[in-house]
Order: sequence, then C-alpha cells, then structure tokens
Amino acid sequence: MKDFIIPWDDDRDMGTPAKQGKPVTLSIDGFEVTVPEGTSVMRAAAEAGMQIPKLCATDSLDAFGSCRLCVVEIEGRRGTPASCTTPVHPGMVVHTQSEKVRRIRKGVMELYISDHPLDCLTCAANGDCELQDMAGAVGLRDVRYEAPENAPLANHFEARNTSGATNPQWLPKDDSNPYFTYDPSKCIVCSRCVRACEEVQGTFALTIQGRGFDSRVSPGMAADDFLSSDCVSCGACVQACPTATLQEKSVIELGTPDRSVVTTCAYCGVGCSFKAEMQGDELVRMVPYKHGKANRGHSCVKGRFAYGYAHHKDRILHPMIRERIDQPWREVSWDEALSFAADRMRGLQETYGRRSIGVITSSRCTNEETYLVQKLARAVFRNNNTDTCARVCHSPTGYGLGQTFGTSAGTQDFDSVEKTDVVIVIGANPTDAHPVFASRLKKRLRQGARLIVIDPRRIDLVKSAHVEAAHHLALRPGTNVAVITALAHVVVTEGLMDEDYIRTRCDWDEFQDYAAFVSDPRHSPEATEMLTGVPAGELRAAARLFATGGNGSIYYGLGVTEHSQGSTTVIAIANLAMLTGNVGREGVGVNPLRGQNNVQGSCDMGSFPHELPGYRHVKLPEVRAVFEDVWGVELDPEPGLRIPNMLDAAVEGTFRGLYCQGEDILQSDPDTKHVAAGLAAMDCVIVHDLFLNETANYAHVFLPGSTFLEKDGTFTNAERRINRVRRVMAPRNGHADWEVTQKLANAMGAGWHYSHPAQIMEEIAATTPSFAGVTYDLLDEKGSVQWPCDADHPDGTPLMHVDGFMRGKGRFIVTEYVATDEKTGPRFPLLLTTGRILSQYNVGAQTRRTENVVWHDQDVLEIHAHDAEVRGIKDGDWVRLASRCGETSLRAQVTDRVSTGVVYTTFHHPDTQANVITTDYSDWATNCPEYKVTAVQVSLSNGPTDWQEDYAAQAELSRRILPAAE
Amino acid sequence: MPQSVPQPSVEEIAALIDSQIALEGPLLPILHAIQSACGYVPQMAVPMIADALNITAAEVHGVMSFYHDFREVPAGRHVVRICRAEACQAMGGTALAEATLARLGLEWHGTTANGVVTIEPVYCLGLCACAPAAMVDDRVVGRVDAARMDAILTEAGA
Repeated sequence: MKDFIIPWDDDRDMGTPAKQGKPVTLSIDGFEVTVPEGTSVMRAAAEAGMQIPKLCATDSLDAFGSCRLCVVEIEGRRGTPASCTTPVHPGMVVHTQSEKVRRIRKGVMELYISDHPLDCLTCAANGDCELQDMAGAVGLRDVRYEAPENAPLANHFEARNTSGATNPQWLPKDDSNPYFTYDPSKCIVCSRCVRACEEVQGTFALTIQGRGFDSRVSPGMAADDFLSSDCVSCGACVQACPTATLQEKSVIELGTPDRSVVTTCAYCGVGCSFKAEMQGDELVRMVPYKHGKANRGHSCVKGRFAYGYAHHKDRILHPMIRERIDQPWREVSWDEALSFAADRMRGLQETYGRRSIGVITSSRCTNEETYLVQKLARAVFRNNNTDTCARVCHSPTGYGLGQTFGTSAGTQDFDSVEKTDVVIVIGANPTDAHPVFASRLKKRLRQGARLIVIDPRRIDLVKSAHVEAAHHLALRPGTNVAVITALAHVVVTEGLMDEDYIRTRCDWDEFQDYAAFVSDPRHSPEATEMLTGVPAGELRAAARLFATGGNGSIYYGLGVTEHSQGSTTVIAIANLAMLTGNVGREGVGVNPLRGQNNVQGSCDMGSFPHELPGYRHVKLPEVRAVFEDVWGVELDPEPGLRIPNMLDAAVEGTFRGLYCQGEDILQSDPDTKHVAAGLAAMDCVIVHDLFLNETANYAHVFLPGSTFLEKDGTFTNAERRINRVRRVMAPRNGHADWEVTQKLANAMGAGWHYSHPAQIMEEIAATTPSFAGVTYDLLDEKGSVQWPCDADHPDGTPLMHVDGFMRGKGRFIVTEYVATDEKTGPRFPLLLTTGRILSQYNVGAQTRRTENVVWHDQDVLEIHAHDAEVRGIKDGDWVRLASRCGETSLRAQVTDRVSTGVVYTTFHHPDTQANVITTDYSDWATNCPEYKVTAVQVSLSNGPTDWQEDYAAQAELSRRILPAAE
Repeated sequence: MPQSVPQPSVEEIAALIDSQIALEGPLLPILHAIQSACGYVPQMAVPMIADALNITAAEVHGVMSFYHDFREVPAGRHVVRICRAEACQAMGGTALAEATLARLGLEWHGTTANGVVTIEPVYCLGLCACAPAAMVDDRVVGRVDAARMDAILTEAGA
C-alpha cells in the first residue's frame, strides 16, 4: 500500500530507485534539477517536488513502463515517453503537464476505472489507494464505457452480468493467507506485486497468467492459492500493491491507521526498522520502513505480521507468587510480589552468602533493560553472577573475533553485501532465520556473485529459484574446524594468500607459525576427506574461488558456534578472512548472523559474568573504578557463574536464587532434565516474561513483562547498529521491563530513580567507551548508529578495521581440530543437528501464539530416505528420537535435504523439547552448548514418550492460577 | 473429455526436459517438446520443468499460460479453429461460429463427447482475402460456409 501518512518528510514514493552517477542537470516544468546520471525523469521530477501521476512505478522496484499514466513531453523528442523508463539527459527540457499529456492520462485512467469497482467508500483501501489518488490527480470526471443490457460483461469485477449470468472473468477473493487477502476484482494488473516478489524478496512466487484482457496475478501454478504457492508471506507484494487487491486483513478489520511510529522489530538479529501504524493505541499494521538501514524497506513474515502475541489470551498481566512450585499461582499486587521477591533474595544471601543468587539477562529486551539487570547483579546483589542467552548462541563469536581482530562483533554493515563477489555461508540458514538479509544476499547472487555453502543440510540457498551455490560442502556435523583449516591449507599451499595484506595488517611472525601449521599435509583436503565427508576436489575448488574471486565475505550462524570447538571455528574463519585480505573494506568481512534481536546488545551491555559493559574484564581495577564511581558501590573483582555453572551449583545447593528476564532457559538450554533439576533445587526463581513459559513452571515469582511495542529503548543488531525502539502503546501489564527491574532493585534497597531509558543510555555512554557518543537525540537525528560511536567516530562505524585491526595487528591463531566427545556408535548411529524454520522464532513463545502456526504447527524430524528405509520409517510416522541424555518423539519427514547419517529438527515447540536430547557438552572457551551435534537413534513409535506426557502434566499443574482475592 | 490419452509418466517428462535443456532459453522448446509428444502439457510437468531450470512453478505457469496453444488438458483428435478477427467477422464469420457451436452443442474450447473435435477461436489466420477462414488441425480452409463446415465436421467424425 502507499504511504499515505507522512509523519517523516522524506517518506514519499519517488517512483523509481535512486541511482549513483555523475550529476546531470535538466529542466522540468521550467525548474532546473540536478540528479545523478541514470535517474529517471519521474524521480528527477519528484526530487524537484513534482509528482508525476503513476500507477505501475514505485521506488522499491525497477521501472516497468506499463501503466502509461506517467507520460510526459520532452522537447525535441517525438511522442510522449513514459517518465519512469526515460533516463535524464543533460539539457533535457521536460513538460510534465500539457494539454496533450493531460488528455492521454485522463483517457488511460478512464479505461482503468471502467474495469474497477466504484465501491470506494466501503473499500479497505479507502483513503489509502493510489488508483483513487491518481483518478483525482488526472481529473477523471466521467466513465463512458458501460455494459450493454443483457450482454456478457467485459470486466473483471462484477460477479454476474446484466442478465444475471455468471461473469467468467470474475474470480473470488483468495483469503488463504492468514494475514492478507487477494481480491482479483480490484486488480489493475500493474505487476507491482509480481515484481516485488522477484526483485525485493527474490521468491518468484507470483506471476501474471494469461495475456491481454485475461492477464491475472497468479500465485504459483494454475491450481495454487497464496498459501499453497511458494509464497513466504513477507508482505512485499502487499506493500507494493497500489489498490486494495492485496490488503492486510488487519486493515480490512480495523480501517486505515491515523499515525505511525518508527520502531525496531523484536525478532531476529537483522533488526529491521518498521513503521508501527496505529489508531490511537491500537496497532493496525507493521510496515517496513524504507529508510531503515538494515532492511531498506523489506520485511519477513515475522516482523511484518506476527505481532499478535501481544494480545494473546495467554499473556500474563498481573504479578503472581507462590511459596512452592507445586502450588498454584496467586495473583498479587506489584508491591506484594516485589517485596516477596526482594525478601527471599536478601534472605538467601544472608543464609547462603552473597554469591548464592544471580541473574540472566535477556537478548530480547532492550540495551537499557539488559544494562539494568546486570547492574542489579553487580551493584545490588554485589556479585558477578550474570549471564545471558548469548552464552548458548554467540559467545564463541565474542571470544574468537575478540582474540583475532580485537572486537567481539561483525565487521560490516548489511549494505556491504551489495558489493560482495564471493560469499561463504557457513552454519547458517538465512532464508529461514534471517530472511531479510537472505533477500538482500539473493539479490546480489542474481547479479552474479558466487556462493559457497558449508552446511550438513541442503539449505534453500544451495539451490532454489534463481540461486545456486557454486559449491556446497556438505560436511559431517562437528567437523567445521577441519573443513575451514583445509580451505586455509589450499590457500596457503597454492600461494593464493594476499601477502601484502598480511605483511601490512597482520602479525607476520604469527602468520609464519600459522602457515607452517596449515601447510602440514595432514590438513590437506585429501587427508581430511574421510573425516569431514567433503570431497577434496570440491573443497579445493571452493578455496580457489574464495581466494581469487574478488571481494570475499563470510556469513555464519549458530552452526559455527554451537559446537565443542565453536570458538576455534570462529578463529579459523577470522584466519581465512585475513589470509585472503578480506577484512576492512566494503563487500568483505566476517559477519556473524545473530539469532535474537538484541543478542549483540546484551553482550555489549556486560551481561557476561567476567565482563563489564564494553567487554572489559571485571578483574581490571581501572575498569571497576569507572563503575564504582557512577554506581557508588564497591564491585566484586571475581568473575561470577555462567548459566551452566549456576545450574550445577544449584544442584549442589550453593546457588539458590535467580532473576531470569525474558529467556526460557528450560526450553532453549541444552539437556532439559539437568536444567529442570537445577531450577527445582532453587528457593527463589523470579521469571519476568510475557507468558508462563517453560521456566516459569519452576518459578516462585512471576513478573509480567512488556512487549517491544510498549517501551522505549534501543536494540543493537548483528551489524552493531543501535536502533531505537519506540513505545507505541501503554504497557498492558502496567510497567515497562526496565521499570520492573528498577522496582525490584529498589525493593532490595538500591535507590535507583531512572524516569526514562534515555537516562540509562546516558549512564551507558558515560561508562562505556564504544557507546560514548550515543544519545537518544543522536539516534533520533541519524535514525541509527553503529558502534563504536565516540569522539573519533561521531557518526558511528559502518565498517570496522578499515585502517588497521582494533587490536593493532591482526592475529593468526593455530586451529587444531579436536573431535567432539559426542560420538556415534552402535547404539546411537545418527548425528542430530538442529535449526530454525522461517515462520517460527526461537522457542516459539511469540510465534506459536500467532497465525504463523499455519506454516509450522509442530517440529518434525528430517531423515534421509536411506536411514528411514532401514528403520521402516515412512513419511509422517511417529518416531522416537533418543540420545544418551533423553528421548522424545515427533513425526518424521523423509527427505534428501540431509545426508545419510544425519537427522535434523527444529526446537520451536515445547511439547517436542528437542533439548531433552541435546547433551551438556560445550565449547571449550565459552561453554556455548554443543546443540549442533548429538548422537541419536531413531525408531518407530506410537506417540509421545513417557517423559513428554509427564512433562505436559507437570506443566499443566504448575500453571494453575488461583482467582484473585476480591 | 477424451479419456483415451494416457497421463505421461515422470520418466517420459524428464526425458523430454533433458532433450531440450542444453539449448539457450530452453523453456519454450521444453514446452513444445512435451506438447508435441503428449498433445498437452500436464500440470505435473510444471514443477519438474521449474526444478530443471531452477525457476519457480509460477514462472513456468506464467509463460505457458501466455501462449494459447499450450494446453493444460488434452484436446480432441481434431482441432477446428474458426477465425474471429475483423475481416472474417465482416464476411459472416460470427454467424458461422455461432452455427458451428450450436451444431456441436459446445462452448469455445469445448470438445465433443466422443473426443473427436475441439473447437477454438483464433485471431487471424492471415487468410483475410478468403474470409471467413478456419483451420483444421494444420490445414487452413478459406471461404468457409455452413456446408463446408458441415463437411469438415462430418469428415472429422463429429
């Protein structure tokens, strides 16, 4: 839909995309305009403030020239060219308004309207329709074409003709998609939706079927509707549609919004900017914000549509407490809940010591909230027992990139992908987990960039419409280090490294050691082939392509980090990038794809037990002094407990109390039974969340949380971009999360008095060098900034390590492959690896409570046809999945996406609990759990396991809520 | 609908796709190959073609539906096309078409119950000097009047 609300002046549709080139000056309606070469006449006019009427053009898509409404006259040229497809020329003299073009436009519009219903007043797009606006703009006053009496109709919008017979051209509405409808009777066949699906999203799910008067937009092939087609429900077509043909169901139900607020999506680490379009405090729709620097006007099904969880009936809005976890919950006042929690926590500290309690910060909450939670541990609990869910995802990234480059973050911005030539995607599935980035990557691949995928599973990027990886290295799970070291072996032994780069940018002596190490024949692709399962020839070809193919970039995800050698793999990736000279400019770099919206931020904010905000060790007295000055307390110099250590200590009885904000450790952390035992052993578990999540089954205090729509703050995405989150409605639970944390701290005697998150950001800026220049005023002015943002980089830092590595010289570190202790054997012959699916997010707490379940209502086990056959398993059978740690059951899907010997599932549904299976092996450096490799056996089963049934019963019991006392 | 045309097998379609895939711009040659071998392009071929060319089923459908001569369902043994363009209309083509449809009891694109004749409109056979014109399978016929059409249909067995 067009952007009819103009709260931000620069939000107009300019008609065609911006170009870069040398300036060209022309005259439009007597005004001199200077625009870059290659710009269309339409955009040049828009730059000068003149809107040429248009229907098929929009600035997110290349010009198409089909509607003929944008015709203009150009002196010295014959006819009336379309302004959208005509590039500017120096000295061109353009007339956008003349008697001739006015007549043409009116005639074209009359034809359009002759085949369009005139139900504007009851149409969902009333007031938000470009066809309506253009009819007004061209001054259409009459339509001369009328259907004759008792004759067939020549239109698409009336179900019956004048004699009552059915009109074969009329098609019913398609409302198969849960979030939007397709009403063919309102379609003007401008092809904007088809082009958006191709150019913006890259899915190619739509087409124009037929020709001439029979031309219709068609999802998929003849028998498909939107739901059964390849459509991924990203909403790009709905966004592009100028009429009500593709329309959000929420707008059909609620009407057009009257105001909008720019905010940041709370799903994955891409951090898309959205306009939350509102009626009062009712959210009507989320529309991707064109000027969002991470997403550039694009979105996916989660951010665009899956916000309904905020109003789901499961959401808890009142604080609750209970003495013991076998009791039902009791709703109480905030004061009672907080003093109950504070008394228990203080009591535990008095009995069991200062270090007997701790916190877990959330990667879904804002930077400010995370900062407060770790401050609660450090300044109020007076220990360093703080950890975050980054422990279980990207902690190896922090360690590995910190050791080699000197900063614990990705090196690029997402725009960089537009300049890359060869991409390695390793252990990541962007089309499912980071869809907006995937669309940008696919766009670059369609322009000719080459792709190398390193993944045990044939992810969509390996081969899907218009995208095909040059090489797919389908390695055995757990052999990442061996594969990347073998790539480096080929680069070094074949002399393909960038020696100048290494000599000037890196430590040469360390490189010598490293080169000697990787050159050893035992690291050659031929030597490791048996181990990794990757054909040596393929691996050599991939290495040569990456080293010689131009700008080489590496994007990786949790398939790299969640291994016993996660940190080593990150280091190996950094080595490979330095070796080939691929750090420090556009189009290259090492780019972790962060899982959660603010996992980068939660790491930056000092959530780890050994690091204060800004990745500075708690042992350093000068760092502690900074915080001691501001906070007015003495800080504990001893690093605290990591999440697994907290749980171990709980089982041992030395760790007794936990404040867990916005994370469901029971479902997301490995070895569920151990987590459950740890939680059950604690005396005070405070869960602060939107829903009674799985962890809350073991909680004594439940503090209701607020959604991202209900609070102010900032999220930091995977490219270090600090994006503003803006409150669009009052918290339904009464308080934003930062207020709740502050109340808890004050109940424990802290005496904090922040009245707005901006004050918390001031404190962060004052104490943390990389955030020194960040203020809410700056973020409002710039839209967003990428840290480091300080006196040297007042506008932030899109690219890191441009003139040299942050740590000085880039450091090569030897990466010896050590196989994990989790091994297959006769009892557990298969390797299980886990991942995500597009429509669901993380443990599914949010997306399971939206219509997204249409696409994925249960976790399934992908198994290769060969492995299935020898076990007698058919597609759709219930199977039992067992590891050394536990067992669960789910349905099987027979596929050739996984190799033989490998099975795959997702972890979105608590009734499956994939993490019952996963082991407690973890990364040697950071304890990041080894989710991606578990030895398992699969066999036929009748239904849920005993454990699943017991768990479901226990969960139901522990979720009872007593009616509030009157 | 004629029931006699068997649904081609996956292997047959795959072989037909293979026979054309080395060409530059192979989509139309593949559609032609399937249509000439099978008489129509079955829907089950669409995803197979898409997969072979690494494009989507929607794109194949878009191309296939653009050309009227690619069929989704088998036609009758003979296809009779009556020209509906201006010159033929001026020379009595409309009356001829109406009479023919009435005689067969069909709508446009319909096939006789015995599966012998499919009747289709066509827009200009380039035979305007001999209007009204028709085309029977691959043979064009000029100056078609009721008697000649009757002869054509009788010969076809309708």
